[in-house]
Amino acid sequence: MGKSTIVPFGPQHPVLPEPIHLDLELKDEKVVKAIPSIGYIHRGLEKLVEKRGFQEYVYIAERVCGICSFGHGWGYSKAIEGLMEIEIPKRAEYLRTIWHEISRLHSHLLWAGLGADALGFESLFMQCWRVRETILDIIEQTTGGRVIFSVCKVGGVRRDISDNELKEIVKRLDALKKEIDGIAAIFLNDETIHARLKGVGTVTYDEAVALGCVGPTARASGVPQDYRIGDEGGAYKELGFTPVLATEGDCFARVKVRLLELYQSLDIIKGCVENMPAGDIAVPVKGFPPAAEYFTRVEQPRGEAVYYVKGNKTKNLERFRLRTPTNANIPVLVKMLQGCDLADVPNIVLTIDPCISCCER
Amino acid sequence: MSYIKKSPWLVHYDGSSCNGCDIEVLACLTPLYDVERFGIVNTGNPKHADIFLVTGGVNTQNLPVVKQIYEQIPEPKVVIAVGTCACSGGVFHDCYNMLGGMDKAIPVDVYVPGCAARPEAIIDGVVKGLAVLEEKQKALAVPVREKQALREKELEPEMAISKSQEAGK
Repeated sequence: MGKSTIVPFGPQHPVLPEPIHLDLELKDEKVVKAIPSIGYIHRGLEKLVEKRGFQEYVYIAERVCGICSFGHGWGYSKAIEGLMEIEIPKRAEYLRTIWHEISRLHSHLLWAGLGADALGFESLFMQCWRVRETILDIIEQTTGGRVIFSVCKVGGVRRDISDNELKEIVKRLDALKKEIDGIAAIFLNDETIHARLKGVGTVTYDEAVALGCVGPTARASGVPQDYRIGDEGGAYKELGFTPVLATEGDCFARVKVRLLELYQSLDIIKGCVENMPAGDIAVPVKGFPPAAEYFTRVEQPRGEAVYYVKGNKTKNLERFRLRTPTNANIPVLVKMLQGCDLADVPNIVLTIDPCISCCER
Repeated sequence: MSYIKKSPWLVHYDGSSCNGCDIEVLACLTPLYDVERFGIVNTGNPKHADIFLVTGGVNTQNLPVVKQIYEQIPEPKVVIAVGTCACSGGVFHDCYNMLGGMDKAIPVDVYVPGCAARPEAIIDGVVKGLAVLEEKQKALAVPVREKQALREKELEPEMAISKSQEAGK
């Protein structure tokens, strides 16, 4: 064993679309310790509630992150609705669920592509992103945007999806399922992927619980932690929901969980379309948030996000706090990196599906 | 595409954007838009790049990073600010940690507005950036030609001597 060396990883790194900096302490090729430092995308969004009206802030909440934008808009709206005791129409809940699951499909396929790129499997990266464009078309057709939806508002949703459109979406999703079959078959059966991912970056059940990781990262270690199980909002409760679990806890298990969640999302969207209730899509919102607190959660593609709001009887909120899934997954990332090979660092970093702009806000 | 004289390579850095523009930049590279067929390559190394594609605004922590990447790109270089945040700070313009658009840190040549900027707009921005790149190249080429003329002038006496020696023989 030679002397230990520190290798900086990021903030500008080819494998990362976003800046995060890791100081990797190496002994020869093995990583002994990883020290993350963040703050390259910190904008200070939470403080902005003091300058923007509570209804206007939904736009800012959506721009916490461009990948899970709908989820953040939903989480914020849900928190305000809870604070002001607004009951939203059932059709709005179902539409929100559909859009949220569509954004999960786009997020997971995007991640699958980036993960394949980190492995050096560039053609798979291209295929994942090609398939993802189908979903972006659906998003564009129903909301008008490709990545920022802007359809969620306090009290409901801004746009309705007509029944014909819903049928059309289901048809396209059926075609999409075949494409996903092809991608999943490569990920799950290809020998090179097995060789790169199996047994790498393993987290046991106990470690996952102790380090408080969330989302697919936790579920890959066998922790049945998915807020959709008990979610009061959305259509999850009525449709019934069981989380996808794996027990191995390595990089491959995390890939597997996300791929199986793609199928689950397809089923949820179909269930929503079949049971879509008729009625209004929004209720009018009157008055200002009361001087009280409220907190709620949403299961984002990357895991559970926690929203806390505090009103003060004015147009502006007193405090908004958001704990994002990547934030919760960084401690477990540091644990995974201990003892891995330097060449595996990009794989491991990507299997927690880091979303740095969520993390730093 | 005969008017593109060279294959531009670009380096992408996410300033403090929400990711929306970054995934659209990546979408440009993937099969639906596929800019690689025009020879546009997304490189990770600033020293290989001609075009600097930045998304998001500048904050206090990424200011030195953006400047360092910019300085590492060899001349001539073009900076393209992608997205409303990179143009002006966008919805985050009055956040306490934001300094504003990318032009607060480095000189920007092409602005691509949009939240998030669509892939078509980004490709259009890169094509406009190519025209700027060509102009900058021409501007750089002039001093080189002048230098050559100067060098020839410096060499003139020596040439004259060698000629006279040849004549003397």
